[in-house]
Amino acid sequence: MSEYILEMKQISKNFSGVKALSDVNFKVEKGEIHCLIGENGAGKSTLMKVLSGVYPYGSYEGDILYEGNVQQFNKISDSVKTGIVIIYQELALFPDLTVYENIFAGNEVKNGGIVDWNKTIAEAKKMLNKVKLDVNPDTLIKDLGVGKRQLVEIAKALSKDVKLLILDEPTAALNEDDSENLLELLRELKNQGITCIMISHKLKEVISIADKATVLRDGQTICTLDAAKGEINESNIIKNMVGRAIEDIYPKREKQAFGGKILELYNWSAYDPQLGRQVVKNVDLHVKKGEIVGIAGLMGSGRTELALSIFGNAKSYKVEGDLVIAGISKMLKHPSDAINAGIAYVTEDRKGDGLFLYQDIKSNISAANLKGISSNGLINDNEEIKIADHYKKSLTIKASSLEQLVGNLSGGNQQKVSLGKWLFVGPKLLILDEPTRGIDVGAKFEIYTVMNELIKQGMSIIMISSELGEVLGMSDRVYVMAQGEIKGELSIEEANQENIMQLATQ
Amino acid sequence: MSLFKEAKTLISENIRDYGMYIALFVIILTFSFMTDGLFMSSRNISNLLDSAGYIAVLAVGMTLVIVIRHIDLSVGYVAGFLGAIAAILLTQAGVSIYITIPIILILGIVVGLLNGFLVAQIGIPSFVATLAGWLVFRGALLQVTEKTGTIIIQDDRFNAIGNGYIPSILQFNGLHLLSLLVGLVGILFYIYGEISTRRNKIKYDFEVVSKGIFILKLVFVSAIIAYLTWILAGYNGFSWTVMIILLVVIVYHFLTTKTVLGRHVFAVGSNPEAAHLSGINVKKITYMVFGSMGMLAALSGILFTARLQSATTTAGTLFELDAVAAAYVGGVSAAGGVGKVTGAIIGAIVMASLSNGMNLLGVGISYQYIIRGGVLALAVIFDVMTRKKR
Repeated sequence: MSEYILEMKQISKNFSGVKALSDVNFKVEKGEIHCLIGENGAGKSTLMKVLSGVYPYGSYEGDILYEGNVQQFNKISDSVKTGIVIIYQELALFPDLTVYENIFAGNEVKNGGIVDWNKTIAEAKKMLNKVKLDVNPDTLIKDLGVGKRQLVEIAKALSKDVKLLILDEPTAALNEDDSENLLELLRELKNQGITCIMISHKLKEVISIADKATVLRDGQTICTLDAAKGEINESNIIKNMVGRAIEDIYPKREKQAFGGKILELYNWSAYDPQLGRQVVKNVDLHVKKGEIVGIAGLMGSGRTELALSIFGNAKSYKVEGDLVIAGISKMLKHPSDAINAGIAYVTEDRKGDGLFLYQDIKSNISAANLKGISSNGLINDNEEIKIADHYKKSLTIKASSLEQLVGNLSGGNQQKVSLGKWLFVGPKLLILDEPTRGIDVGAKFEIYTVMNELIKQGMSIIMISSELGEVLGMSDRVYVMAQGEIKGELSIEEANQENIMQLATQ
Repeated sequence: MSLFKEAKTLISENIRDYGMYIALFVIILTFSFMTDGLFMSSRNISNLLDSAGYIAVLAVGMTLVIVIRHIDLSVGYVAGFLGAIAAILLTQAGVSIYITIPIILILGIVVGLLNGFLVAQIGIPSFVATLAGWLVFRGALLQVTEKTGTIIIQDDRFNAIGNGYIPSILQFNGLHLLSLLVGLVGILFYIYGEISTRRNKIKYDFEVVSKGIFILKLVFVSAIIAYLTWILAGYNGFSWTVMIILLVVIVYHFLTTKTVLGRHVFAVGSNPEAAHLSGINVKKITYMVFGSMGMLAALSGILFTARLQSATTTAGTLFELDAVAAAYVGGVSAAGGVGKVTGAIIGAIVMASLSNGMNLLGVGISYQYIIRGGVLALAVIFDVMTRKKR
């Protein structure tokens, strides 16, 4: 098997003078699963956009050979016609339409210009079978979890007779179970002869699934690793990604003694009137001063809901139970109450409900603590610049200036702005919800280092994470959640992947 | 870096902010040229500003409403209705003007808060909630003016709000002295403010523009204020309407740019969920913005009624859409979180200048609408194209 389905030769692409890709070579053999890895901004997405015709022929240099022929795609539909389908990280589904409408959106089963709905549904069922998704095609997308939506996307790709399937971080939003299902499906598709390019930040996945892995760094091809030769392993990948060897993904910290209990929850429950069900059930939990408490669990296990219910009941649940902060029982009715009580919450969805994307860095950093830069309701602009500059430096936020719009920053830098905003509040307890989702290894390491620094200063951290490695690497103690309940509490010494997963899937 | 080069980069970096001023400048220049200077005559400018007043104050409020991603369609007839109530109080009830005006403004706030209640508390889309208000107040206006028809107001002090000028104290070479003083105070205040801001920045060790550019800017803006003052002083001086617009601009500009409250408004507009999670009371901000809109609608009603010296059955018709147009021309963004009070005023003046200039040229009303529509579309296109930069 040495026939190349795709050869990208000497691809270069400039954005207003800045080289995003320079002389990239990328070859994919027919029927293999080829992972594309690299730090954020390394050029992975740009390369895939060149391939799929988002950047039309002529706007880049170099040649695309697909099935032996030079291709000149002018728009996405050109590449789709030849069997190249790309699935983006932010899924392109219509939440208020049904599964079958989504699968054939833009590719309707027509009969003389009129949609044949019966045939559509029949075809949709076939596609759903292929991806092993057992849902009624009549279901609305918004009623499906993220994992199932991902499968619908793949079903949609299959309906277009895909030969080369490109997935951009398909598991970024998935829990470990759904991720494993997806990978299994990709292996299945491979057996059916579909070639697959997968962009991923999760090295474990890459190791488990990739036949080949190409590493990009700063817009250049660094190397292509071959699983058959045993080249795909963690240290090898990281070394090539960052250009330096990281001995350990998680920075070491010295064991320190914990202080008194900063947060205690007793019999804590939350009922979501919109969903009409209990999202948090009888939770007992505590966090000590100077401690990192990990909360593990699958997506939808109630972790974020727990955090929001603690953080001033931000989603207006019906809350019951006792919440004790530093020994004093409190009623927090609004996020502002929580902030005043010394709690900060860094959201999992930084673009959705974390940042003001069309505002600049300094306004974002000061947003949750305008008191800190004002007197008598009047803002001191200079104080604001000073504070923002402090966090820009201490968190190494890479930006052209403090006036840069946050929406134009990379994911890692956005996360740092989000973190800076909450550090400026001066919290005693910092709740981090998926602190490193969708950001590259280098930025991850920096965020972990900051976390260690913070607890050294006496802050406490609750870290919600879907990445088991992160939970095990960073926490002092771990709670595992499932179905809104705490299913177990593990000290870091006794916790391992197996017992966490076992508790999480109870 | 040479002075010229620095000025060039400053303008290209802030094109979004300066675009409107440049557009206004081009419009003024064009009309002055085409009317042989008639457009820039003292009398015409004075007239233009007075006729823009009641839309300008609405545009300021509307800008904030659009910033928080809502709209208020009721303001036109609220202005008409409250103007009629003012007329009734002054004529039929014989209430003093000094009591009438506060009553009308408070009624405006109450109406605004009611809109705020429907939007923030009940969760009705603002378009629908205020469309209902549009119907209700249109009916209310007809109801109160039905029996009497047009209500003529004889109170000179009230009518002066829309037609009168500030007293002159002394005529100085045929110029209006108090107006010159107001202009002078304005210039001094501006220069003092800019210099103290600059000093402060230097104290903090922050980057500032070069001294040359700084002085150039001071001279340029001062000259514009001086020129405007001189033009107005050459006729009857500053009108009360202009003074009221200035007051509204200064207060709202200060509130939006210098205070925590202003920041909260823009945070809510930029991302309501993030604002909520940042501890900002989104409902409270929504109430306040609609309340302020109601108050400015009442003010607009007072200005319009005073200008006509009477309340009519159709007062306020289409004010809301003129205000929305002025706000968009003034650079408010449809996606929320971006907009300026000064922009709203400039937007209102741009639209008024277009009408005024085209009237002077004798352009037919049909073409006037088409051209104003084109300008509105261009303004929004400009907004969309420059929004992503920086």
